[in-house]
Amino acid sequence: MSIINNINKAFDHRIRLGIMSILMVNEYADFNMLKELLGATDGNLASHTKALEKAEYITVEKQFIGRKPNTRYATTKLGRAEFKKHINALEKLISKQ
Amino acid sequence: MESKDYLKDISEIKNMMHKSSRFISLSGLSGILAGIYALIGAALVYWLVMTYSNGVLMLDGWVYQTCLLILAIVATLSIITGILLTTKKAKRHKAKIWDATSRRLVLNFLIPLVVGGLYILIILSQGKYGQSGGLMLIFYGLALVNASKYSIGDIQYLGYIQIVLGLLGAWKPGFGFWLWVLGFGFMHIVYGAWMHFKYDVKK
Repeated sequence: MSIINNINKAFDHRIRLGIMSILMVNEYADFNMLKELLGATDGNLASHTKALEKAEYITVEKQFIGRKPNTRYATTKLGRAEFKKHINALEKLISKQ
Repeated sequence: MESKDYLKDISEIKNMMHKSSRFISLSGLSGILAGIYALIGAALVYWLVMTYSNGVLMLDGWVYQTCLLILAIVATLSIITGILLTTKKAKRHKAKIWDATSRRLVLNFLIPLVVGGLYILIILSQGKYGQSGGLMLIFYGLALVNASKYSIGDIQYLGYIQIVLGLLGAWKPGFGFWLWVLGFGFMHIVYGAWMHFKYDVKK
């Protein structure tokens, strides 16, 4: 039962898993990088980043590079910890079978 | 059914972490070719020095300048081959060549390499050429180790070997030439072949 509890609903989607995975190994990533790597549409990716932001798992930073607006994302401490828990839970579930 | 999904999740996580942080590995074949260029260049230099210079390299003769030219050609050919074959390989895997991760790779590779190159040129201009073989190996090795953080393909091991060979060359400058041949020639071929069979052939 406790293992099931560690499966985090906030990560229960391919795009969200992808966002977190990318941000775990990169200091930050901007919107276009995420889009390219995940092959997601603008709207789809935006809704998933928003959900992760709401859970305070990632931070969003808006800035301008020259004249172009640029949005970059980074994980929070909480997000990293929760994601690690989630991976551990996944691995335990797999090894149980 | 459920377990299969979790497995897919895990592999997706691994895949994304890999793809987003590490540039696609250099083609193994380019390593083999770079090694062959280095061996041909070294053989030419050896023949030149033995035939026209009595086995002693003088600093301002045409032999010395030809040797530098050969070195430059070997380096240029290796880089061009590396870029061409890696581009081809990346296209086959549908990976992007020039993105944030490859920029990071190239930058981290170039910092020790350019510093080393300049340093060697400076001490050569001061007439201290006995250490240059070892120094080339050391700085190249450091460049590889530094770049390995951003590449798949275990280039740090090649880097460690080059550093050890370079230190040996610094300790025994008389063997500098042979250590250079071993490091830039044979080790590239061995490493390239290993990479080729480990990563390229399977796919």
